[in-house]
Amino acid sequence: MDALTQLLANLGAGFGTALTPINLMFGLIGVVVGTAIGVLPGIGPALTISLLLPLTFGLDPTTAFILFGGIYYGAMYGGSTTSILVNTPGESASVVTTLDGFRMAKQGRGGAALATAAIGSFIAGTFATFMLMLLAPALVEFALKFGPPEYFAIMFLALTAVTGLAGESAPKAMFATLLGLGIGMVGIDLQTGQARFTFGRPELLSGIDIVTAAIGLFAIGEVLWMAGTFKRALEETIKTTGSLWMTREEWKRSLPSWARGSVLGFIIGVLPGAGATVATFLSYNLERRMSKNPEKFGTGMIEGVAGPEAANNASAGGAMVPLLALGIPGSGTTAMMLAAFQLYGLRPGPLLFAQRPDLVWGLIASLYIGNALLLLLNLPLVGVWVKMLDVPKPLLFGSILAFSVLGVYSNEGSLIGLLVLLGLGLLAFFMRRHGFPMAPIVLGVVLGPLIEQEFRRAMLISIGNPAIFFTRPLSLTILIFAILSLLIPFAEILWKRYRARKGQAAAVPTFGDEVD
Amino acid sequence: MFRRIVLILALVTIVAVACAPAPTATPVPPTAAPKPTDAPKPTTAPTVAAVKPTDAPKPTDAPKPTVAPSGPLAATKAGFPNKAMTILAPANPGGGWDQTSRLMQQVFVSEKLLPVSIEVVNKGGAAGTIGLAEFAAKKDPYTMMTMGLVMVGGILTNKSAITLKDTVPLARLTGEYEVIAVPANSKYKTLQDLIADFKKDPKSITWGGGSAGGTDHILIGLIAQAVGVDIKNVNYVAFAGGGESAAAIIGGQLTAGVSGYGEWKAQVDAGKMRFLAVSSEKKIGKDPTPTLIESGVNVSLANWRGIVGSPGIDADTRAWQIEALKRMHDSKAWQDIVVKNEWDDLFLTGDAYGKFLEEEDKRITAVLKAIGLIQ
Repeated sequence: MDALTQLLANLGAGFGTALTPINLMFGLIGVVVGTAIGVLPGIGPALTISLLLPLTFGLDPTTAFILFGGIYYGAMYGGSTTSILVNTPGESASVVTTLDGFRMAKQGRGGAALATAAIGSFIAGTFATFMLMLLAPALVEFALKFGPPEYFAIMFLALTAVTGLAGESAPKAMFATLLGLGIGMVGIDLQTGQARFTFGRPELLSGIDIVTAAIGLFAIGEVLWMAGTFKRALEETIKTTGSLWMTREEWKRSLPSWARGSVLGFIIGVLPGAGATVATFLSYNLERRMSKNPEKFGTGMIEGVAGPEAANNASAGGAMVPLLALGIPGSGTTAMMLAAFQLYGLRPGPLLFAQRPDLVWGLIASLYIGNALLLLLNLPLVGVWVKMLDVPKPLLFGSILAFSVLGVYSNEGSLIGLLVLLGLGLLAFFMRRHGFPMAPIVLGVVLGPLIEQEFRRAMLISIGNPAIFFTRPLSLTILIFAILSLLIPFAEILWKRYRARKGQAAAVPTFGDEVD
Repeated sequence: MFRRIVLILALVTIVAVACAPAPTATPVPPTAAPKPTDAPKPTTAPTVAAVKPTDAPKPTDAPKPTVAPSGPLAATKAGFPNKAMTILAPANPGGGWDQTSRLMQQVFVSEKLLPVSIEVVNKGGAAGTIGLAEFAAKKDPYTMMTMGLVMVGGILTNKSAITLKDTVPLARLTGEYEVIAVPANSKYKTLQDLIADFKKDPKSITWGGGSAGGTDHILIGLIAQAVGVDIKNVNYVAFAGGGESAAAIIGGQLTAGVSGYGEWKAQVDAGKMRFLAVSSEKKIGKDPTPTLIESGVNVSLANWRGIVGSPGIDADTRAWQIEALKRMHDSKAWQDIVVKNEWDDLFLTGDAYGKFLEEEDKRITAVLKAIGLIQ
């Protein structure tokens, strides 16, 4: 009981801090700027915070962190908009959203997709903040149990999600995944310091940025695709059909997805080595597995938007746990916030809660407020964003091209980065022309370096004994999940065949038949 | 039509909001800045003298912050500078070079040391060699670049065509020391215990630290050499940064870890980690952690950071930049920063600094060869 009163007192003081006019104003600026940069391709929250840092030197640290927290959450809200409406994710964490979100928009349900993303984000963000407040120290203990073998197992699980992204052809999806893994390998290898696939270009030494890859493959690819097919106008986007908002049925289908996405995203977010993109892929996979109609994913299933969008927001909240409780960043944005702490002369770490309760609790309270502001900001914006589809295509895609190039240049600051962007766009165009899915490439780029490094770390720790993956309970459990996730679809097919045959009694067996 | 216009306006606003706080917007030149040309030369500004190695203060007797000459530094005869200056941080935001650059900027601005504004630009990647290549190619006298030990190693391991010889040494600023740490519940209480097991069965000890060939790895290489363990048997696990490796160490995934002192101090204060040794020559502040040398391992390593000037700058410009750096160094604001971050003041300027760079290059080459990262 004492703990609870203490918590409430802290939270009360936190709201006291967060609700002062100046802090409230900066919180509002944060969520607005965050939403804007989320919508714009290439410019992410980490870059924005680094650009804003010098401007905040004069501010009280608490105010500055309220601003940064708002930007972080806001960017996660905004990221879905362009994914859904024009198939061009602005961040790697919203790539998955394109799969069903864009289809929904094509079917005239863009408004519902945007709404489910916004409401899901609100629920997930609030849930994550609540857990952060309640359980941060305990969660940190949990997160620390994850060593390289466990991370490897999680990445492996995420990699099995590729079966859900396959589209029409499994071999093509495999090829796309391997291509992504290859792209992810470009640069200096962490364990040996040797350069790989850099063709002697120093600019490639630091690898291909995941943001550049996502924008090149999706945004530039989409622009080229539109340019290539515009005259033929293959698919006319349907203007909003029915209500702009979600129907009762869409609500019903979104609710469990939001809940699952929130929990899953938060757990992945707490782990310092995983990240929001991994969370979204895992969530998409989970939604597909839980669905009664997994084959319909990729054709505009609202669960495929609700789950991942909740997951990426929850992971942003989760990433605050190791940052505040341990001083260990779990994402690019929290790494930037850690740097900001240091510039303010604050020692982030386990003692921050004790030494600067005003800052920590003010930040937590402001995250609640920020989430509410974001919902208020984003729901009315749904109506505005949907109008984006009324913009003539040449104008719309022309500006997407311009924003993508600007965003990537501001992120990388080099011409080579732009060449890589255009190269990947061309690649995406030709691959789409021949029916290759794009999402597995991004999955490969994101997971490739992680899965490889964690595997090698684990093997170094075990001095070359692969048993390390199967003798640690956590790692073993996750690997079993991964294998089940691969096998269940086959088991289902076999079961259906068995049932079908049993129904036909003595009918001729149909073993050689293709089943899809 | 109206809706279309509204939408375009909305997009433009978004871009304006997102792009406005670009780094250029940061520093405001001091309002009372005298025109560079007619400013009286502060008597304490020896324009050329600072370059002479003899005048470079040794790190130990760095001048106490005296009464700083008031007002910004006057321009050179040739009129340098007459526009905004840049500090290039050859790293992404958040690392040591970024932090050093931004703190320098902070002092330059808050103490009104320059007649012009100064901004920080990041150009990260490949241990700073990508930033270095751009810096050397640009030949812009208005840009200075932060660098340090990591870059010396990075140039060697990445076989960079551009080296520090393509830049002009201005000043060494600070040093940060490395620590050897174990989880708080580790059985190792002293470095001697750890080294004893390390000698017995080198592979059984897993060391965690930053990327291969970086400062952390170099320190482990030096230690292995010093205690007579074949470097090829060292089980070094590389992580992307001090945060990731800290999580692995606190979580008990590794035997021991190496990182910057300041990076992990908070973990020790919170009782999550134990420091076994520091890589400095003397104990750090009031911290009782013994040095490596006191623990019987004859190794010391400073992760020093400094700043270099653009290739081809003339002697006057160089002297001006060194004088500006000297005034920054002498300011109380900078001294406070050094103390607060538990850095060591390793201020050394001009040609003496250049000589130091050459020696450091030789030392690091030898270690990296021994580790097998370069031929």
